[in-house]
Amino acid sequence: MSDLLALSAAQLAERIRARELSREEVWDTYRERAAADDLNAFLWVAADAPDTGDGPLGGVPFAAKDLFCVRGVPSQAGSRILEGYRPPYTATAVEKIVAAGAPLLGKTNQDEFAMGSSNENSGYGPVLNPWDRTRVPGGSSGGSAAAVAAGQVPWAIGTDTGGSVRQPAALSGIVGLKPTYGAVSRYGMIAFASSLDQAGPLTRDVTDAALLFSVMTGRDPCDATSLEHPEAIRLPSAQDLQGVRLGVPDDVESAAGIEPGVLEAFRATVARAQELGAEVDTCSLPHARHGIAAYYVIAPAEASSNLARYDGVRYGLRVDGDDGLLAMYTRTRHEGFGAEVRRRIMLGTYALSSGYYEAYYGRAQRVRTKIADDFRAAFERFDFVVTPTSPGVAFPLGAKTDDPLAMYLNDFFTVPMPLAGIPAISIPNGLSEGLPTGFQIAGPAFSENRILDAAYALEQAIGFDTAAVHA
Amino acid sequence: MIDRAEVLHVARLARLELSEGEVDRMASELSAVLDHIETISELELDGVAPTSHVVEVGSALRADEPRPSLPREEALASAPAVAADGFEVPSPGA
Amino acid sequence: MSWEPVIGLEIHVQLKTQTKMFCSCELSFGDPPNTHTCPVCLGLPGSLPVANEAAIRFGLKIGLGLGCELAPRSIFHRKNYFYPDLPKGYQISQYDEPLCRGGRLGDVRIHRVHLEDDAAKLVHVGASGRIHGADSSVVDFNRGGTPLVEIVTEPDIRSAERAREWLILLRETMRQLEVSDVNMEEGSLRCDANVSVRRAGESELGTKTELKNMNSFRFVERGIKAEVARQVALLEAGQPVVQETLHFDPQSGSLTSLRSKEEAHDYRYFPEPDLVPVAVTPEMVEAVRAELPELPAERAARYETELALSADSARALAFRPELGRYFEAVLERADGAPAQTVANWVAGELATRLGDADPAQSKVAPDALARLVAMVGEKAVTAGAARQVLDRLVADGGDPAAIVEAEGLGAVGGGDELAGAVRAAIEANPDAAEKVRGGKAQAIGPIIGHVMRETRGAADAGEVTRLVREQLGV
Ligand SMILES: [Zn+2]
Repeated sequence: MSDLLALSAAQLAERIRARELSREEVWDTYRERAAADDLNAFLWVAADAPDTGDGPLGGVPFAAKDLFCVRGVPSQAGSRILEGYRPPYTATAVEKIVAAGAPLLGKTNQDEFAMGSSNENSGYGPVLNPWDRTRVPGGSSGGSAAAVAAGQVPWAIGTDTGGSVRQPAALSGIVGLKPTYGAVSRYGMIAFASSLDQAGPLTRDVTDAALLFSVMTGRDPCDATSLEHPEAIRLPSAQDLQGVRLGVPDDVESAAGIEPGVLEAFRATVARAQELGAEVDTCSLPHARHGIAAYYVIAPAEASSNLARYDGVRYGLRVDGDDGLLAMYTRTRHEGFGAEVRRRIMLGTYALSSGYYEAYYGRAQRVRTKIADDFRAAFERFDFVVTPTSPGVAFPLGAKTDDPLAMYLNDFFTVPMPLAGIPAISIPNGLSEGLPTGFQIAGPAFSENRILDAAYALEQAIGFDTAAVHA
Repeated sequence: MIDRAEVLHVARLARLELSEGEVDRMASELSAVLDHIETISELELDGVAPTSHVVEVGSALRADEPRPSLPREEALASAPAVAADGFEVPSPGA
Repeated sequence: MSWEPVIGLEIHVQLKTQTKMFCSCELSFGDPPNTHTCPVCLGLPGSLPVANEAAIRFGLKIGLGLGCELAPRSIFHRKNYFYPDLPKGYQISQYDEPLCRGGRLGDVRIHRVHLEDDAAKLVHVGASGRIHGADSSVVDFNRGGTPLVEIVTEPDIRSAERAREWLILLRETMRQLEVSDVNMEEGSLRCDANVSVRRAGESELGTKTELKNMNSFRFVERGIKAEVARQVALLEAGQPVVQETLHFDPQSGSLTSLRSKEEAHDYRYFPEPDLVPVAVTPEMVEAVRAELPELPAERAARYETELALSADSARALAFRPELGRYFEAVLERADGAPAQTVANWVAGELATRLGDADPAQSKVAPDALARLVAMVGEKAVTAGAARQVLDRLVADGGDPAAIVEAEGLGAVGGGDELAGAVRAAIEANPDAAEKVRGGKAQAIGPIIGHVMRETRGAADAGEVTRLVREQLGV
C-alpha cells in the first residue's frame, strides 16, 4: 500500500503496463484517500472507476480543478452561483486526458472563479495545506495542489491566470507548469480572464508534468486561440545545465515581501545550477514590476464580462424578488458571488467604463506589450529567466484576507509570464521554516521541452522529498 | 480614488446589489487597489501598441457545417425557471 | 425658410448561412423553441465562440457589393449589457476595426459594414404562475447567434421617400448577392434611422434622434416623415430637439421615447479575447469577387448609359433581376426596336399584367413579345390592339401574328381601305364635316370615332385624322 503511494504517476503507469499493479488497486487506493479527504481539497469524488481503456497514461487517476466542465459532474468553479451545476459537455483538456487512459477521480476545490492566491475565496470553504493545516495551500488551484501533495491523487490539472498553478504548487511542495498561451485548449474551462487563462498540470515531479502536458496540448477547433505545439512533448532527461544561460531579474532581492528563507533557497539553487554548468547573470525586465498593476486591470476587466452570464436565467442560482428583472439580476449576483469576485467585477467594470477605458484598460494593454518586449529582449541573452515562485511560504489562514492589495502582491513573480503568454514551471525548492518554497523557470513561447529538461536537471540536484507528507 | 457615487454607478452597470456598508468598504478597497494601479500612469507609453492577443494565430475560422444541437430537455435542464418550453424570466420593464 | 431632413440608416441583415455566427447550430426559422442551441449559443460556462467562415465570406461579399474597402485585419469586440435575450451578457460585434469601411450604393455613401451575432427571442407570456402577480417572459435561444451584418450609411438621404427607395435598392442588392432572405416582416432585414433637420442651405447638422422598429418599407417612410414633422414643429416653436431613441407605432403613427429609467448605456467595449483577428487574404477577396453578380445599381447605370433608358425604366428593370433578364431577351430578338419601347412594354404593360410573377415563367415567350413590339413599330397593329393581343398572350400564349389574324385586329391602314372608311364616315356625319370645314377643328371627333368603330379599333388614330383632314381639305 505505502509502496504504491510512493510512486509517481509515470511510475504507476509503468507498473500497470507491466502488470505489476492492477488498475483497480491503484484506483481503490486513491479513491479511498480522496473520499477520506480532510483538507477540503475535493468537492466531488467519483463513485466508480470509469473505463478509460489503454493509453499512455495507463489507468492512473487524475483530479480536475472544479472549473473544468465535465458532462453530468458538478462543475461549479468554486462558486455558490453554480452550486450543483452539471454541464451537458466536457472540457477538451479533460477529454484528452481521459482519452489517453486516465480516469477522473474527482473535482478539486479552488478560489471562486480562480480569483485568489490562497484558496480562501472558495464558495465551499478554504483548503488546508497538508504541510501545516493552519496554513493556506496557495491558490487558485489550491485543491489540486493540496490533493497531489497529500497523496490523495497521483496528479491533477489546474489553471493559471496570474500564477494559479505555479504558486499553489510552490506553497504545497509540488511541480506546476503553466504552458504557453494557446498550447492547451480553453474549451470547457470556466473562464476567469480569457486572454490569460491556461490549463496546466500539478504533479509530484517534473517527469509527471511532462507526461500529463504531452496529452493535454494541441490545437482544438473549439478554441480559436489554441495552437498546435510546434514540438512533440518529450519526457525530460537532462542531467546537467551545460551551456544553459540563466537570467536572474535584478529586482528579485528587493521584491516587496520577499522572505529571507525564500531568498536563501533561491540563491542556493542558482548556485547548484552553476555547478551543473549553467551560466548565470542578472537580467533586466524593467516593466515586469508593473505586472501586478497591469494584471489587476486586465484580468478583472475580462472577468467582469466573462461573469456577466451568471444572471439567473439559464443555469445556476436565481434569487427572485417581487420587483422585476433588475432586482432578480442584482440579488442573484449579490448572493451568488463571494466578496472577492464582487470586488473584481467592480474593479473590471470600472476600468472598462466610459471615460476610464484608456487610462486603465488601454494603458494596461500597452504595459503588457512592454512586458512581452522585455522578455523577448531577455531571451536574446538568456535561455531562461529564473525567480522564486512566490515571495513567501504558505501563510496562515486569514492572514491576508482583510487586505486585498497585500494578497495581490503575492503574484509578483508569477504575473508577468501570463501577461507575455510565455511558459513557466515551478519546482519544489526545499523548505524554509519547514514549509516548501518554489523555484520558477520561465522561457520563450513553446520552449516547454527545454524548460522541462532544465527543471528535471535541477530537480535531481535539489533532491526534494515529495513524499514527506503522504503518510 | 473612487467615491460612493461612482461605486453605486459601477455596481448598477455590473448588476450587483450592495448594502449601505458594502458601498463604503468597496470604495476604500477599490481605492487602495486603484492607487497601486495608478503607478502605470507614470510610464511613457506613447506609440506602444496595446496587446489584446498575446499569441498571433491568424484566422481561425470554422467551416459552415451544421452539428447536432442539444435536445431541448438538456438545454433547459439547469434552468431555474421554465415555461412554454423556454427560460422564464421576470419581464423587463415590469 | 424651408427645412431639410438629414437621414442616415442603420440596417441589420440576417445572413443565410447554414449555421450560426459562432457555433455549429443550424439556423432556425419557425422551429419549436430552444431546439437549436448548444453550449456556445446558450452561453454556458466554459464555452467559446469560433467564427463561421461563410459569415465572413458573406460579409466580404456585401462589402464588395457596396464598393467598400475591405480591412486586411479586423477584430471582434464585446459589447457588454444585461438583457435576458443576450446569453453571455455581451454581444460579440465589431467596433473600431470593422470588416469593411467606406463605399457607396446609388447616391448614398456607406460608412461601415460589420459582423455580429443576433440576440435571442424574448416573448412576453403575462402573469407567471410561479410568483404571484409577477409579469413574466420566456426566452427562446433558437435565433440567438444568427449571423448579422450591420450596414451604416452616411447621413446622405434627404427625404423619407428617398429613404424608402434606397432601402429597396439595398434589399435588391442583398437579394442578388444571395446573402440573405431580406424579409422585413420576418426580421431578416431590419432598419433604424437617424433623423435630424436643418434650415435649407445650412451645412451644420441638427440634433439627431434614432428611430427604431420600422418593420416594413412603408413604415420606414411613414416613421421618418412623422419624425421630420415632429422635429420641424419643435424647432418652429422655438424648442430644441432632444437626442433620444424613439419607437414608431405604425398603428397610431405616433413616436414614443424609449428613454428608460436605466443609466445611459455604457457598453464597455473591449477586444473579444476569445477570438483571434480576422485576417482577410487577397485570395479570399478574389474568390468572393468571382461570385459577384451584376448588382442593381450597376445594371441600372448600364441601362441608362448604354441603352439610353429613362432613369425610371432603368431602375424598374434593374431592381427586379428577372424583369431585367427578360427585357434583355426581348431586346435581343426585337430586331432594332428602340430599347426604350421594349422597356415600356416589359416594365409597363407586361409587368402590370403579371404582377410579381417572373415573366420567364409566364406564357409570353420573349420571341412573341419581340414580334408584337415589331408589329406595332411597322404599324401592322395599333398600340391599342397590341394591348389586346398581349392580354391573349398572357392568358394563352401563342403567336401574336396568328392572334391578330384570328381576331381581325390587323391595322386597317392599307391606303384605299382606310380611305374608303373615312369617306363613308364623312358622308354619315355631314354636320360635323361642315363644322370642320368651317374651322372648328375639334368637331372632327365624331368622324374619327365613326372610323374607329367601323374598323373595330384596328385603324391607327393618327392616320385616320390625317385622312379626314385631307379629304375635308383642311
Ligand atoms: Zn449553438
